[in-house]
Amino acid sequence: MPVKVVGFVKARGAYVAYIRPRTYRFEASAPCRTEGTMAEYSAFSLLRNAFNGNRDWKPAWRKPEPKPSYDVIIIGGGGHGLATAYYLAAEHGISNVAVLEKGWLGSGNVGRNTTIVRSNYLLPASTRFYGFSMKLWENLSHELNYNVMFSQRGILNLAHSPAQADDYIRRGNAMRLSGGDAEWLSPEEIGRTIPGLDVSGSARFPVVGGLMQPRAGTARHDAVAWGYARGADRRGVDIIENCEVTGFLRDGDRITGVTTTRGEIRAAKTAVAVAGSTGRVMKRAGIDKLPIESHVLQAFVSESLKPFVDTVVTWGAGHLYMSQSDKGGLVFGGNIDGYNSYAQRGNLPIVEEVMSEMVAMFPSVARVRLLRSWGGVMDMSMDGSPIITTGPLPGMYLNCGWCYGGFKATPASGFSFAWTIARDEPHEINAPYTLDRFHRGILIDEKGQGATPRLH
Amino acid sequence: MRISCPYCGQRDVVEFTYQGDATVERPDPASIDQNAWNAFVYDRANPAGRHRELWQHSGGCRAHLVVERDTVNHVIHSVAFAGEKQSPKTASKRKSPSRRKAAS
Repeated sequence: MPVKVVGFVKARGAYVAYIRPRTYRFEASAPCRTEGTMAEYSAFSLLRNAFNGNRDWKPAWRKPEPKPSYDVIIIGGGGHGLATAYYLAAEHGISNVAVLEKGWLGSGNVGRNTTIVRSNYLLPASTRFYGFSMKLWENLSHELNYNVMFSQRGILNLAHSPAQADDYIRRGNAMRLSGGDAEWLSPEEIGRTIPGLDVSGSARFPVVGGLMQPRAGTARHDAVAWGYARGADRRGVDIIENCEVTGFLRDGDRITGVTTTRGEIRAAKTAVAVAGSTGRVMKRAGIDKLPIESHVLQAFVSESLKPFVDTVVTWGAGHLYMSQSDKGGLVFGGNIDGYNSYAQRGNLPIVEEVMSEMVAMFPSVARVRLLRSWGGVMDMSMDGSPIITTGPLPGMYLNCGWCYGGFKATPASGFSFAWTIARDEPHEINAPYTLDRFHRGILIDEKGQGATPRLH
Repeated sequence: MRISCPYCGQRDVVEFTYQGDATVERPDPASIDQNAWNAFVYDRANPAGRHRELWQHSGGCRAHLVVERDTVNHVIHSVAFAGEKQSPKTASKRKSPSRRKAAS
C-alpha cells in the first residue's frame, strides 16, 4: 500500500539537516535554573550520608499546620497544583503559598497515569503549549534536582490505513512547522524498531506506517509530584495534606479563602487545580455548571518481562497506548469507560476491550499475566482541550479540563498557571485556553469530535 | 455494571450506548437566545452522586432510557423510557399503550 509522503525525509535521523527546529519567541523566559554544587541530592551528599549512617536526610517536604492566611491557596496537591506552587515560588517570588490536598500528596491522577510524555498535536495552540511543556521536561530533573527519570524513548503512532496515514502525516507536518519533531516510518523501519510487531501484510490490522515523535517518552510519575513538592517546600510553600476544602469564604462575589477540614484559611488568591474533582469543588463556590464531565479511565500493568519494546507504541486500529517500564512491566491503557463517574474504578468491558486490542497488536503477549489495574477520574472537557484561566469568580483561578492528557502537560500547566495567578493575566501559551471559549465559539478541538466529552 | 432495561431485563452495560446528561434542556427550536443554546450544548452539572442520564439499549431493543445512576459508586437507582420524561403530547406520539404498560 504505497503512501505518498509529503514534507518528510524518509531516512530516520536525516531530517535534522532538512529542517531546523524553530525556537519559541518566549524561550528567554523558560526557566533554566540549576541547584549547583549545594544541591540537596548529589553524589557528594550520597557519599556523606553513607558515612554518617544516613542520619542527615530530611523529609522531602514538611508537614506544616495551616496558617490562618496566605498570599495564594492552591487547591489540589497533584502534579499541576504542586508544579504551580513551585513556579509561583521559583519564577515569581511568591512563596507564601499553601497547597491543600484532601488525601495524600499525589494520590490522584499524577500517580494513576501511564506516564507518557509527548507533544504530537495538530492545532497551533496545542503544539505551542505542549511543545513548551516538552522543553521544560527536558530540563526537569536538573531544574528540580530530582531524578524524574524522563526517558525520551519516542512515541510511535501506528497507522493502519492510507487515510489514517494521511491524517498522521498531516499532523506530523504541523508538528514540524511549529518547531517540533516528527518522522514518518515505513513498515520496514517500524519492524526494525519494534521486532515484536507483525508488520507483514497478513497481520490482522496491517501496519502501513507510523508517526514517530523521537523526543517523546515516559517519566517516573510519582517522582514528578515528589520533585515539585520538594522544590516548592524548600522555597517556603506549605504543603498541607489530609485537608479537604469544604467551602469558600466570600466577600460579595470575591473569593477570599476557603473553609477546610482543618479550619478556615484566607488568601487574596485561590487557585483550583483538582482535575476530576473540578465539578465537586466548584459547586462549593456556587458554580453549578461547567463545560466538563468527569469520566473514569483505567490503566494496566503486566507482570515484568525481559526487554520487549523500547518506545511508546499507540495502536491506530482501536485505541491503545503501551510502553515498557524500567521494571519490565508493560504499562498500557485504552479508552475511557464512557460514562460520568467519580469512582476511581471502572468496569470489566473496558478491561476486556483493552486486553483484546493488546493481543491484536502483540499476539505474543496473550499469555502474559496482568499484575495491576486501576482507575482515575478524568476532567473531560467539551473540546478535548484544557482550561487555564483567571476566574470565573474574582479572586479565583481555574485549571481543569485535561481529559486524559494531563500528565505530559504538568510542567507547562504549572508554569502558565503560576504566571496567570501572579500577573492576573494569561501567559502567551495558555491564552487560548479560556473558559469562555465555549460560549464564544473558539474551540480547540484536536479530534473534531464536537461537544461529546466521552469521545475526546 | 448492569442496566435493567424495562423491556429486556437486566443486561450488561456493553449492550448500551451512553448519551450523556438527561437534565439538559433543549431550547425551543425557534429560540434565538444564544446563551440558552450554548448552555444546552456545553454546560453540564456533572454531579458527584445521583445523575440522570440517557442510555440507548443499542445492542438490544434500541429503546432510549433515562437512567438515574450514582456517579460515585455506579449504583443504578431507576431506569425508565426516555419518552416518559417528555411532555404527554410527545410521549403519546412515540409510545404505543402496550409499550408503556411494559415500562410500568
